[in-house]
Amino acid sequence: MDSRARIVLDDADIGRAVRRIAHEIVEKARGSHDLILLGIPTRGVWLAERIATSIDDIEGTHVPVGSLDITLYRDDLRLRPARALEATSIPAGGIDGRVVVLVDDVLFSGRTVRAALDALNDLGRPAAVRLAVLVDRGHRELPIRPDYVGKNLPTSLDEQVRVELVETDGLDRVVIEEEVR
Amino acid sequence: MRHLLSAADLTRDDAVLILDTAAELAAVTDRSVKKLPTLRGRTVVNLFFEDSTRTRISFELAAKRLSADVINFAAKGSSVSKGESLKDTALTLEAMGADAVVIRHGASGAPHRLATSGWIQGSVINAGDGTHEHPTQALLDAFTLRDHLKEAGGDLAGLRVAIVGDILHSRVARSNVLLLRTLGAEVVLVAPPTLMPFGVESWPCEVSYDIDDVLPGVDAVMMLRVQAERMKAAYFPSALEYSRMFGLDVARMSRLPEHAIVLHPGPMNRGMEISADVADSPRAVMVEQVANGVSVRMAVMYLLLGGRQEEI
Repeated sequence: MDSRARIVLDDADIGRAVRRIAHEIVEKARGSHDLILLGIPTRGVWLAERIATSIDDIEGTHVPVGSLDITLYRDDLRLRPARALEATSIPAGGIDGRVVVLVDDVLFSGRTVRAALDALNDLGRPAAVRLAVLVDRGHRELPIRPDYVGKNLPTSLDEQVRVELVETDGLDRVVIEEEVR
Repeated sequence: MRHLLSAADLTRDDAVLILDTAAELAAVTDRSVKKLPTLRGRTVVNLFFEDSTRTRISFELAAKRLSADVINFAAKGSSVSKGESLKDTALTLEAMGADAVVIRHGASGAPHRLATSGWIQGSVINAGDGTHEHPTQALLDAFTLRDHLKEAGGDLAGLRVAIVGDILHSRVARSNVLLLRTLGAEVVLVAPPTLMPFGVESWPCEVSYDIDDVLPGVDAVMMLRVQAERMKAAYFPSALEYSRMFGLDVARMSRLPEHAIVLHPGPMNRGMEISADVADSPRAVMVEQVANGVSVRMAVMYLLLGGRQEEI
């Protein structure tokens, strides 16, 4: 099996998308005082950090950032061998009464977000939960939609969307790979 | 990994994975909803042929925190007291659909028999067999040591741990020697010669008969209970003499380095192997060991049962 890759977002595109999402989050929340950003490991956490930095630039306020590992809430646990857990860290003060923005790199079937909503339910009762993703590639299997999208990327099911970030991969870009049989 | 029968079955990476998983799962204890849906619909049987309070409760709590259904089976008051064999008990549990069996048995090797006989399909977790092994106790001890003595997580390389007391009858000592070595720590066993196991010189550890000599050079000391119920001969002249020679009191504890901690797997005989003021001192971490036991057992059950069951 061979694969063809093409770059759909470069570092400048990702930077612009993150800044725009930050603006939209602040606009919709009418400020930033009740916000918490929770990234879904691994790349969602880095994106959440970047969005928080952008909000800091815009509003001059520091928004708490945490990470939310959803492994223990997945619906496909029994399809694969048990996986190692990622870190969950909830900012001090918890999520009760706050506006939680979940941040992930790619939105696909929606099952990860479903698991994240279940996990949040066990952690407290937020005032509202919103969803920010860098890439929405479609093919939803659950009634879930994002509130903030960096880029809508219509894809076919035999394509793979790969988000690479400086923090984890050494460079910023989004790549679509097509498997050629 | 399908069963957890012996600490010797764990590689360094397996052991570190269990400790890292336990560290994440420990946070569940601090939440208002102390439950995860991960093992929903799975059944865990606690099959206890020997008395136990903390280990059984710890396994039960760990399974319940992961949403598994738990059946407690104590040999007393069951068909075992009417003469039922381990095989027939196992076949009964299999017919009831047990996904995992946590077994404590007085006979060394019973968990191994259960796992390899083909009587049951599920995972077998050794919760202590005779004088052989108690791997989850070793894991919770390693977790406690790492928590106190290693900043960065990972393994236990560079640590030196003394295990003092009734080594001969101790499954905790055997599992700890194996696991701590795998994790890179040095172990020194301290006991009167009569309470050293036969063949101890082939174990991957040092042996000493003088506790005062050993204490200044260790990062942690693990005191073991004198297991009177397993002693069928005279192993030392008197309890008082044992306590004077090998018990940990405040004067002895002061020989330990400043950072060193005191562990005990419980139940303690205060005044025998450990004095009451040592047991109640801030350097004693027994209460943390109990809490860590739940996290470690959750990690083991998640890793054995949480994913697809591996083919044999």
